[in-house]
Amino acid sequence: MIVASLAFYLFSVIAVVSALNVIFQRNPVHSVLWLILTFFNAAGLFVLLGAEFLAMILVVVYVGAVAVLFLFVVMMLDINITVIREGFMKYLPVGAFIGVVLLVELALVFGGWASAPQAEALRLAPTPDIAQISNTEALGRIIYTQYVYVFQAAGLVLLVAMIGSIVLTLRRRPGVRKQDISTQVNRRKEDTVEVVKVPVGKGIA
Amino acid sequence: MESGMLHIGISHYLTLSAILFTLGIFGIFLNRKNLIVILMSIELMLLSVNINLVAFSSFMNDLAGQVFTMLVLTVAAAEAAIGLAIVVVFYRNRRSIEVDDINQMKG
Repeated sequence: MIVASLAFYLFSVIAVVSALNVIFQRNPVHSVLWLILTFFNAAGLFVLLGAEFLAMILVVVYVGAVAVLFLFVVMMLDINITVIREGFMKYLPVGAFIGVVLLVELALVFGGWASAPQAEALRLAPTPDIAQISNTEALGRIIYTQYVYVFQAAGLVLLVAMIGSIVLTLRRRPGVRKQDISTQVNRRKEDTVEVVKVPVGKGIA
Repeated sequence: MESGMLHIGISHYLTLSAILFTLGIFGIFLNRKNLIVILMSIELMLLSVNINLVAFSSFMNDLAGQVFTMLVLTVAAAEAAIGLAIVVVFYRNRRSIEVDDINQMKG
């Protein structure tokens, strides 16, 4: 029990510190690396909460895909770091003010929160006994039955995002020698080959 | 319900996610010159929402919260991909990723 408590404090302190670093780092590449550390610690918290499948998904999807995507884009764009820090101090007071207001509001909400007595009966998908079915299996059992339409919709969202980002970033540059198969196949003989009568002894000019 | 420093209840997780969410908002206000860090701050906010959902799912013994967390993860990944694609296209046209430069559609 005490080990779990200490693990919670360890993970959450590192998560908060690295989230602070995401915001305050000068170099965007360092921000991405701190973001990866935040996600790793959140995955640790998920394991503590008994959601081990989501912890693995978090590591695979975020660290493996999203963070690497961020890293590629940051490195591809040639950003001037000195320009990036210019308005930092100007926005600090208003940002701090809104942050504090939001934090106080959230504290008030969470401080006065209590679970309703009938909440136990209103559960949508009660967790089965962990001794019999693991977290991953239990999730799989409801994803493909009770929540199958939602699951398909999530797949559609990903498909649309994939097509959208390809369409957005695709461009045709002029002056690039690129093979165009449909033009090659559609060429007709009359357009390309010219039959010339060559007079004897004169040749072609 | 006993609540000490060493007994980790749902309120600990809610506090953590509130702090992370606030840091995300703070990052959006602070990094006005860099669109990519704003996108990262949005990722932080979505992560804090996920921590909230999983904490409630775990403490109330309801798996629906974890299913919803997966959906939030999906949408976050899609949002990151589209957002970064827009940033790349914007950088190609204007050679900058400052928020103040995004004013072409101002009437």
